[in-house]
Amino acid sequence: MKIAVLSGKGGTGKTLVSVNLAAVADKGGYFDCDVEEPNGHLFLKPSLIGEEEVTSLKPVVDMDRCDGCKVCVTACVYKALAYIPGELMIFDEICHACGLCTYLCPQQALKETKRVIGTIRRGGRGSLSVHTGKMRIGESTGVPIIKKLLKKLDDDLSIIDSPPGSGCLVLETIEHADYCLLVAEPTMFGAQNLALVHELTRVMNKPAGVLLNKVEDGLNPSELYAKEHDLKILASLPYDSYAALESSNAELLVERSEKYRTFFLELLKEVVDEATLAAQR
Amino acid sequence: MKQLLLLSGKGGTGKTTVATCLIQLSQAKAYADCDVDAPNLHLVLGTFENHSTKPYYDLPKAVIDPDLCTECGLCHQVCRFDAITRNPYQVIPHLCEGCTYCAHVCPSEAITLEETVAGTIELHTRSDETFSTATLKMGSGTTGLLVTEVKKQIKDKAKFAILDGSPGIGCPVIASLTGVDLALMVAEPSLSGISDLQRVIQSARQLHVPACVIVNKSDVNEELTGRIRRYCNEEAIPFLGTIPYDKEAIAAINSGQSLIERGGPASEAIRAIHHKVMKELEAL
Amino acid sequence: MIIAIPAEEKSLDSVISVNFGRSPYFCIYDTEKQQSTFIDNEAAGRPGGAGVEAAQNLVNQKIDTLVAFRLGDHAAKVLSGAKIKVLKAVNLSIADNIAKVLSHSLEELNEVHPGGINKG
Repeated sequence: MKIAVLSGKGGTGKTLVSVNLAAVADKGGYFDCDVEEPNGHLFLKPSLIGEEEVTSLKPVVDMDRCDGCKVCVTACVYKALAYIPGELMIFDEICHACGLCTYLCPQQALKETKRVIGTIRRGGRGSLSVHTGKMRIGESTGVPIIKKLLKKLDDDLSIIDSPPGSGCLVLETIEHADYCLLVAEPTMFGAQNLALVHELTRVMNKPAGVLLNKVEDGLNPSELYAKEHDLKILASLPYDSYAALESSNAELLVERSEKYRTFFLELLKEVVDEATLAAQR
Repeated sequence: MKQLLLLSGKGGTGKTTVATCLIQLSQAKAYADCDVDAPNLHLVLGTFENHSTKPYYDLPKAVIDPDLCTECGLCHQVCRFDAITRNPYQVIPHLCEGCTYCAHVCPSEAITLEETVAGTIELHTRSDETFSTATLKMGSGTTGLLVTEVKKQIKDKAKFAILDGSPGIGCPVIASLTGVDLALMVAEPSLSGISDLQRVIQSARQLHVPACVIVNKSDVNEELTGRIRRYCNEEAIPFLGTIPYDKEAIAAINSGQSLIERGGPASEAIRAIHHKVMKELEAL
Repeated sequence: MIIAIPAEEKSLDSVISVNFGRSPYFCIYDTEKQQSTFIDNEAAGRPGGAGVEAAQNLVNQKIDTLVAFRLGDHAAKVLSGAKIKVLKAVNLSIADNIAKVLSHSLEELNEVHPGGINKG
């Protein structure tokens, strides 16, 4: 089963849940798709097995052939090209590597070459394989990194730590998932964001369930939302200053506390069961 | 118009809660939510009388006219983003990046680029207050353009404006920072939070926007709070205070009550911070 | 000399825009003819690449000097490649800034900030 853990906004505990689930499973793979700022490895502390570069294409110009016609400058919708007398400037970070300028150049002065846009580190922790993707700062998109990262998905068990938000990076991670675990905070903000990611899972046609995190006494708008929208609540984690402290130091709860080890083992079983049921429907 | 921007680097540090309190305490008449990926500010501001919206357009996306399509497959071959399906040949909008390569190669001119609404820019007003925000369609991300448009709507609408900024470190953050008088960083005491804080401070520096820092939920990890304080001292960044974790904050938000009215340790801490922030602004 | 200044409004009394790439207009001032024209900044409505496009448009207009508050690194590259001087604006009207250019009282703008990129 491939489980994506989502939250809509940052800071709800998505990474905390992902890394602890992965650690307690001790099999399959953990995939950190928050490629702008990956944090999972801080908790899992994997031993490094290998590193790969993720490359994209960039156009390179042969100025001997370029006659300053500016067809490329005008055609590029991202405005990644600029021409000043004697020089065609190409801005790699704005370029989306679509290939249009190279195709259009009447003088065939443009050629595409590889450039590095990010890295993927693959490591291990016991029987768990840990995969971390990191995007170079300033790049226009992290989607190619996530794509490459998820090529090694383990069909038996994969925990996919999704990026925050609801943009194309998140869509890319959900695409490969069998089931989505939505982590929600007990505030109005949390409920709002839960609604956002819930909508995403509906559009992408993925079964989903909720984990209520940092729960305090009193009204829980996220719980209400889940009940009103027939979203199964798989578990509830009360706010715990001990857990907050340990996590702020990037410590795994399942290693520091028997109570949490039990909790996450049960959660894992719940999630896998739900995912299996959903797959059969 | 003086502008105060709240930033956090990573999400979930309590930036929006602090922003709301500061809006109330300073009685700011103009405010904006630049955190368009997950706008939250409207949830705690109450109702407004007047609303106006306008569409926000991203790059035009390709559309294939099935009547003109001869199914030659060239568009599918050239598309680098896997955005064109075969049988039938259609563009998947959320994957299309608008590059126009397909339109250039299509031999039957079956592909056109059509304006795509990626979101809505909203303006809400009541008596002398102006609130600017935006919502995005699924699959679209915040851009510098969108943040710029949201900020434009409150320009000169009051003497003092508070902006709830975008998380992260990219283009939307840079657009949030442009032209702002003071950036207040709301940090949290965690390892991941600290590295995000450093990156966002760097962005503010490069744009010559003075920054100051507060730590929210400071008692979750006093050691890391201390580390942030020391970092600020070393870098000569004003450290304006800490806010303890306070479950009253959650109760207040959820019941639509102002945290300031409700009181409690977090409320007290924010009052003190408000005082210091206003002093920083006056000194500029 | 042809000077360009990012403008919030189409008036010499207008303040200079804090933006470059997304400034609504540019004032183009010809010191020999002592004439000013205001052009729309087509780059302002772009989700990305605004700095590059605005800079390219100014290069096409054959300006010598740009007066601005801040500049992204991509736009700066284009302008410096075209040997356009960039001066640091002062918080006054466009007319005042033009006067300061003519009296050589503006400093060069040396610091550039990282260019903004959209997430894909």
